[in-house]
Amino acid sequence: MDVVQLKRQLIAFTELLFGEGFLDEQFNQLQQLQDENNPNFVAEVATLFFEDSERILNELANNLDKQSVDFKKVDAHVHQLKGSSSSIGAQRVQRVCIIFRNFCNERNVEGCLKCLQQLKHEYALVKSKLEALFSLEQQILAAGGSPSI
Amino acid sequence: MAAAGAVLRQKLPGNMDICGRSGKGSPEFHVLAVDDSLVDRKVIEKLLRSLSCKVTVVESGSRALQFLGLDGEDSSVGFDALPVNLIMTDYSMPGMTGYELLKKIKGSSAFREIPVVIMSSERILARINRCLEEGAEEFLSKPVKLSDVERLTRYLLRGEADQVSEFRKRKLPKTCDLEFSFPSSPLSNDSDSSSSSRSSSPLPKRCKSV
Repeated sequence: MDVVQLKRQLIAFTELLFGEGFLDEQFNQLQQLQDENNPNFVAEVATLFFEDSERILNELANNLDKQSVDFKKVDAHVHQLKGSSSSIGAQRVQRVCIIFRNFCNERNVEGCLKCLQQLKHEYALVKSKLEALFSLEQQILAAGGSPSI
Repeated sequence: MAAAGAVLRQKLPGNMDICGRSGKGSPEFHVLAVDDSLVDRKVIEKLLRSLSCKVTVVESGSRALQFLGLDGEDSSVGFDALPVNLIMTDYSMPGMTGYELLKKIKGSSAFREIPVVIMSSERILARINRCLEEGAEEFLSKPVKLSDVERLTRYLLRGEADQVSEFRKRKLPKTCDLEFSFPSSPLSNDSDSSSSSRSSSPLPKRCKSV
């Protein structure tokens, strides 16, 4: 596939991600910070986000598995994930976090468990979307083009 | 939402050398950023570097104090290094909160003049009030944007003391949408707040306008 087609794909895919709420304006902010000196900035932030999220999701699973759930701890973890998802623009993940925190406040284990499932789902989705996005960018670079306009 | 055919990566216009000054030997603006989130540290560092600021990023309040030489230890890494012109700190951090860090800085004769900005994803009125009253220059909502940091560094860089105090006198912008919080939330980490008994002005002096 040539550069022009790949670029068109990239634009369409990006629009889709924004349109479906996977990403929000904050992601744009990060893209604007990327330049020749830091050509992988967004991907680097995403990598940190993936590592952080996976750690937190594990902690959440452990904490909710207990006889007596420490909701304060659970809430603290969700707060962290809410923060990092917001910083990268992973809007759908962030939104689930907000609902999750409400359940923590209500000390509702069922609700929390449901949210955890949803979080895992949304996280997996946004991760695969972002990886696809970065992969497209790499293809454009490999084809001699530049993902930026 | 990205507009059709949106530019995917727009470069910053021109040479956004807000913090760096032209001319040889001129000092650069040095910002100390404090945040326990790995993702946020990376982003704030990039934001500041993109404005040509020197940045030191640490992951906790105690690290920040260590860097400044306020931790009671004789050796201080940062003290002989480039002086700090601005401290930006997250509010919610394990161990020492941004508020506690703010108090320590404002309580120190050596560093109380350094402007401190608090960042938080939660816009809790009592929290904002408390920080501003303790001497924070500004309370930024997360996620922090380039325009926030740019605006900050512009006025702080120009910042003779009167510039700063002019800003403080500004009325609360109408567009600022603050949420009132009820301190009775069991999970709020504002449990140390005595705001429920506070009868002073309910409105903060300043917050980030949307």
